[in-house]
Amino acid sequence: MALRIALIGNPNSGKTTLFNLLTGENQYVGNWPGVTVEKKEGKLRDKENITITDLPGIYSLSPYSPEEIVARNFLLDENPDVILNIVDGTNLERNLYLTTQLLELGIPVVIAVNMFELVRKRGDKIDFTLLSQRLGCRVIPISAITGEGVNKVADAAILATHESRQVINMHPFCGIVEHALAHIEEAVLKEIPLNLQRWYSIKIFERDMYVLEKLNISKDALNSLETSIREAEKELDDSTEGIIANERYQFIDQIKQGAYQRSAYYDMTPSNKIDKLLTNRFLALPIFALIMFFVYYISISLVGGWTTKWINATLLGKGAYLGSHWIQGLPLVLSNLFTKWNVSAILSDLVIKGILAGCGAVLSFLPQMFTLFVCITFLEDCGYMSRIAFILDKLFRKFGLSGKSFIPFLVASGCGVPGIMATRTIENENDRRLTIITTTFIPCGAKLPMIALISATLFGGSALVALSAYLVGILAIIISGFILKKSKSFSGNVAPFVMELPDYRLPRFLNLWRTVLDRTLSYIKKAGSIILISSILLWLGTKFSGGSNGIAYTPNLALEKSLLGRLASYFLFLFKPLGFGNVRAVIATIMGLIAKEEIVAVFGVLDIANMSMLAGYSFLIFNLLCAPCVAAMAAIKKEMYSWKWTLFAISYQCVFAYCVSLIIFQLGKFYSGARANPLGVTVSAVILGILTYWLSKERNK
Amino acid sequence: MISTLADAKVGQTVRVKKILGQGALRRRIMDMGITKGVCITVRKLAPLGDPMQLTLRGYELTLRHENASLIETEICFQ
Repeated sequence: MALRIALIGNPNSGKTTLFNLLTGENQYVGNWPGVTVEKKEGKLRDKENITITDLPGIYSLSPYSPEEIVARNFLLDENPDVILNIVDGTNLERNLYLTTQLLELGIPVVIAVNMFELVRKRGDKIDFTLLSQRLGCRVIPISAITGEGVNKVADAAILATHESRQVINMHPFCGIVEHALAHIEEAVLKEIPLNLQRWYSIKIFERDMYVLEKLNISKDALNSLETSIREAEKELDDSTEGIIANERYQFIDQIKQGAYQRSAYYDMTPSNKIDKLLTNRFLALPIFALIMFFVYYISISLVGGWTTKWINATLLGKGAYLGSHWIQGLPLVLSNLFTKWNVSAILSDLVIKGILAGCGAVLSFLPQMFTLFVCITFLEDCGYMSRIAFILDKLFRKFGLSGKSFIPFLVASGCGVPGIMATRTIENENDRRLTIITTTFIPCGAKLPMIALISATLFGGSALVALSAYLVGILAIIISGFILKKSKSFSGNVAPFVMELPDYRLPRFLNLWRTVLDRTLSYIKKAGSIILISSILLWLGTKFSGGSNGIAYTPNLALEKSLLGRLASYFLFLFKPLGFGNVRAVIATIMGLIAKEEIVAVFGVLDIANMSMLAGYSFLIFNLLCAPCVAAMAAIKKEMYSWKWTLFAISYQCVFAYCVSLIIFQLGKFYSGARANPLGVTVSAVILGILTYWLSKERNK
Repeated sequence: MISTLADAKVGQTVRVKKILGQGALRRRIMDMGITKGVCITVRKLAPLGDPMQLTLRGYELTLRHENASLIETEICFQ
């Protein structure tokens, strides 16, 4: 018979390690329907008929976060055969809080007390027999790090599936609460299976909105219940949610008596010692900056710079010496082959200029993304990531973001797609949306060639141009934070920042490797396919001319005459006020929407030299800030999980970019004394005025 | 004057008397173990002065001052 095990536990309890140990290579990673919460499933090692579902790491089964709701719905609706609850043995008290809730679900529970090797080392004493008696379920010490006890826990879980589903009430609440619960069961829960009645009665008592909605209880019945619920609230001087939470922790205090003995309390765990340095009042920020510089330097500058150069100059360029042999680059090899095989010119052009170029674009980002993922996963797994949120929270909250927004921004300096994907770790929905919208303001790797080109041709190669690009990106994030925070959808519901600082741990190689692999593969899938398709589309748009005699493939076509060129000519008027209303610049902008690195390909050096410095800079800023490439837009759609928000994000970015470029060009022209357009100057001055007024108002608050 | 967790100095240990507020925030605070009667030590403040790092029930938790001001406390003699 097929069995299903639900694996659940607090964040940082070692759940992923245990899951990896139990399932081995047999894993499937996906998404829970309707939310961006990762879903992992696997088959128990050597047991094809036993499925383990890895539920999100949560602290409680409350109805307030997508993770908690996903876990609850799974346990109630999918009705697994057994719950395997992993708890951190070094942090028993808070971990058992979730356990008390799991025990009410009418599903057999097996508890794995993890980190037993640390418990032993610290000299803490846990009486597992007593704990097991008091909780009414099997309690087994394990060490996911060494693998100790893992087989035992799997066996226990399988054994437990045969047990009755009757809830043995090990934890009675105080009299008045039990009275109310009995009343609820009696009044509205007769139809519910016996083993689920306790769970539902407690949830109704807590006025849990999801349960009330699901059970569809009549108004009259609810009103009569409300009386007894109010009575309990009045008597105990607390809300029902508070009463229940309180009593759960009291219960835990009781079962701890005699079953758990913490060795003489010590202040200085290794973690505390590390924190003395890493979250030190004066050193925390410099150390953080150093670590981030290191991560950025290794992945983007070192690995990224080298591979991109190699791929463009060697693999997809002329070729290189291998020993004394000259190996030709792929385009040459292919075009020689195609000539030999008499492949038609159009097909050979498609493969070399369309497909191969597209693959090259994906490939050139892969090594730096991989390196970046390794660094970031390491920082996450070892516990430093929550310290980053801790030390940056105050700064980021000033403009409506969370301390955790920093990581997406850092990743986005390589590529926006994984940057947007990285927003998942931000729990609060508003913070996450705001971060998604602003992440691509940071110049990504694909925008660097454009920055370099403008800087080289118009500004004599000044490094200030690149510096200003990053500065504008950061300013755009800050200003957008202020602006969007004002809007209705983002105001209210201020994110509670109640976060655990887990102990530092050396990441396990296997876990690290698996996460990095998952992330890299999902990047290839997400970005790769879209970049490939769009480079083929781009090839179509630039190599085909459209005229009175239909659409035709024309080699060596002037860009202005291509399909894309004709499309661009319709939009010229839009970009005139920004200073770059010429066909090539508009073509470049459109191509930038497909892939930003294509922008450079459109321009010969001469074309840019014809622009004024101001127009060139305005062009640069517009392309830095406007909607990102299609791959990133697809990522926005995926992480927003809504068309409405996706469209909002993209339009906001475009409008914002337009305003900034308008201000730069029009006011720049006015300032430099050139003949300025009065209308343009007025409009940009008004926009600038409104913005300044807003910002100063925000500061005064 | 009623003192709250937000007023506690670094190194001080206080006992929770009452938790104000409502909804998701209050539930979250209590889920994390801040319940009536529990003793909380303020371990340190973040470099920019906020949030605060707390030790309770044998683990480390961070909380912003604005949220900590919802938690009424008294001096803990333990």
